[in-house]
Amino acid sequence: MADLLQQVAVHRDVDAFRQLFQQYAPRVKSYMMRQGADPNTAEELAQETLLTVWRKAALYSGEKGSATTWIFTIARNLRIDRLRKEVPWQELPEGHNETPSSDTLPDEVVSEAERRARVQTALASLPQDQHEVVSLSYIDGLSHSEIAERLNLPLGTVKSRMRLAYQKIRDAVEDLK
Amino acid sequence: MAITHHADDSTLMSYAAGTLPEALSAVVAAHVAMCTDCRRELATLDELGAILLADLPGQATVMPLPRQPAVEPAPCSAIVRKPSAAAGTIPAPLTRLVGKDLDAIAWKRLGLGVWHLPLPLSANATGDLRLIKVAPGQIMPDHGHGGAELALILAGSYTDSIGHFGHGDLADLDDAVEHQPIADREAGCICLIASEHPARFKGLFARLVQPFVGL
Repeated sequence: MADLLQQVAVHRDVDAFRQLFQQYAPRVKSYMMRQGADPNTAEELAQETLLTVWRKAALYSGEKGSATTWIFTIARNLRIDRLRKEVPWQELPEGHNETPSSDTLPDEVVSEAERRARVQTALASLPQDQHEVVSLSYIDGLSHSEIAERLNLPLGTVKSRMRLAYQKIRDAVEDLK
Repeated sequence: MAITHHADDSTLMSYAAGTLPEALSAVVAAHVAMCTDCRRELATLDELGAILLADLPGQATVMPLPRQPAVEPAPCSAIVRKPSAAAGTIPAPLTRLVGKDLDAIAWKRLGLGVWHLPLPLSANATGDLRLIKVAPGQIMPDHGHGGAELALILAGSYTDSIGHFGHGDLADLDDAVEHQPIADREAGCICLIASEHPARFKGLFARLVQPFVGL
């Protein structure tokens, strides 16, 4: 996927963009609908997310995270702006500039793929009740108290399930940094 | 000095998910700009979001033909912010609201030894965001917290029963926390504070104005 982004960034390659669009736009639309958008709005926001990718592909830096991560952050911020009508304070990954360890670049690329695989495995092995709160937060866009209401749980239980989930994911990638 | 107090894991996860209320997100964004550890944590949390997104079943979409832009247009909603480089100044995400210089802020006096500057949120947001400046050695009234509150130290420090909070430290306070912060005896304390329930702040501020009433 990073290669496709590269094609878009350097060559303004419409075919590469089409592949990216086919891969991600349907999922972003799904995401927007889960966040409460009607199908038309979700479609518009999915298109806008991918068009932002088209416009800003040159800013994308592959070492700072996967292409999917970049697209997720664009979609998330667009959702905050358009659906919640609030200011997105969350950063996009290309804003990260710290500790460029340029001498170990190949290792970093390997570790990026490894990191992703580990997060994926850790997520898949979460107990159902922890997976549920993570998914309600990220995909359904619910705050702590909204999750507590939805699941009819005390707020403290929601937070502790989130902490437990996060700790397992952190443990899974800890030795990579 | 190293940052030792960070956002609660559940707070940081909600921030990455984009579900933390705007006022609280502003404080986390400012802390993250000052804290390398939290930026690293967020990289993992963003990746988690990406995996959840990629796992969703697709909905049929139609691709618009992209235009070849002559120049990169201004970002639409996706705001790009660089982490602030220098310590001791206002972190980058906040400069849009308050400028770059802590010394140039037009403080409003709130009560004995306490000044503040309320900061604007979007019309849709329900919380409260403000800067607060406390004189050296000033003791704040003992108070609890209704709902989530965050305080980020921008200058000076304070001490309470939880510990010592210095530059860049973030206090993640909720219902369970009762505290009576004391500002640094020499430097005082400047904090960015956010509450998801602004009414709670009003109660505290009313007591600052009239410290001997209603305790």
